[in-house]
Amino acid sequence: MTEKAEKSLKKFYVGFFVVAMALAGVVSYYASSHPDGLEKVAENEGFLETAKNSAVSGSPLADYGIAGLDNERLSVGLSGIVGVVITALVGMLLFKFLKKKS
Amino acid sequence: MHIPDGFIDLPTSASVGLLAISGTAVALKKARTELDDRTAPMAGLTAVFIFAVQMLNFPVAAGTSGHLLGGALATVLVGPWAASLAVTVVLGVQALLFADGGLTALGLNIFNLSIVAVLVSHICFKLAKRVLPKIRSSIPLAAAFAAFISVPVSAASFALQYAIGGTGTAPAGTVFAAMFSTHVLIGIGEALITMLTISAIISTRADLVYGWKNNKVTLEVKKA
Repeated sequence: MTEKAEKSLKKFYVGFFVVAMALAGVVSYYASSHPDGLEKVAENEGFLETAKNSAVSGSPLADYGIAGLDNERLSVGLSGIVGVVITALVGMLLFKFLKKKS
Repeated sequence: MHIPDGFIDLPTSASVGLLAISGTAVALKKARTELDDRTAPMAGLTAVFIFAVQMLNFPVAAGTSGHLLGGALATVLVGPWAASLAVTVVLGVQALLFADGGLTALGLNIFNLSIVAVLVSHICFKLAKRVLPKIRSSIPLAAAFAAFISVPVSAASFALQYAIGGTGTAPAGTVFAAMFSTHVLIGIGEALITMLTISAIISTRADLVYGWKNNKVTLEVKKA
């Protein structure tokens, strides 16, 4: 790959990442808070109460918020950014490892 | 469509969990054939993008929302094996840190969203590509078709798990009908988001889209 091509590729990767950051960090606040399809069906069909709290329901990030942070916008946005960064680390490491082994 | 703990009994969750582990093991092995210097970062970024967009629930019908599953998007961007792993990474992060989707239900969720959705997307995308003209602008359309089909099929996969090991008292047929019809609507959102994203990426960096690159048997080498 030429230096120029490599630069433009990096630019694309960074752009893609920034878009994801903006979606998780800013746009997420405007997401619909209605139950999703499965939750709604469970509610209508009377089996929603069979759900049990996950063992990690006490996680400081549980349900896309930061525990103790009352500002809803900040809480959702920050949890999204943390999630993006963690997913990036796990994903990049996994795929880098898989690639190298080939 | 993240299943919480408790909806499906433990024996069923464990059995499907074994299937999910086997499928993921195969994907780990096969993904190596799809990953090179360019696609490996792309696969990581695809996981990141899916995580982000899954936070964006959109309204579908009275009091109901849906969000992207991402199986089709990932399949078209990085190929089915890496796609399956990318979605699994997202589900793992969500279940372990965000309490989104149960822990005992993680295998069920991986099965429905990383295996069923990706497999269905892969098949539908290939079929649509065969029918549509062999031009670049067909790719977002084929991706949209795959996305649309993948959502109700994943919902049906949940309904099957409910039929086998659901702890609720609602009849399996009713749950299937409700899941299927709701997720046909959510599938429209899935198709739109997938189409827009693939369009945007293919118009800037078509060379990074697995589903398009893979159309060509030979690589064109452009001399600078």
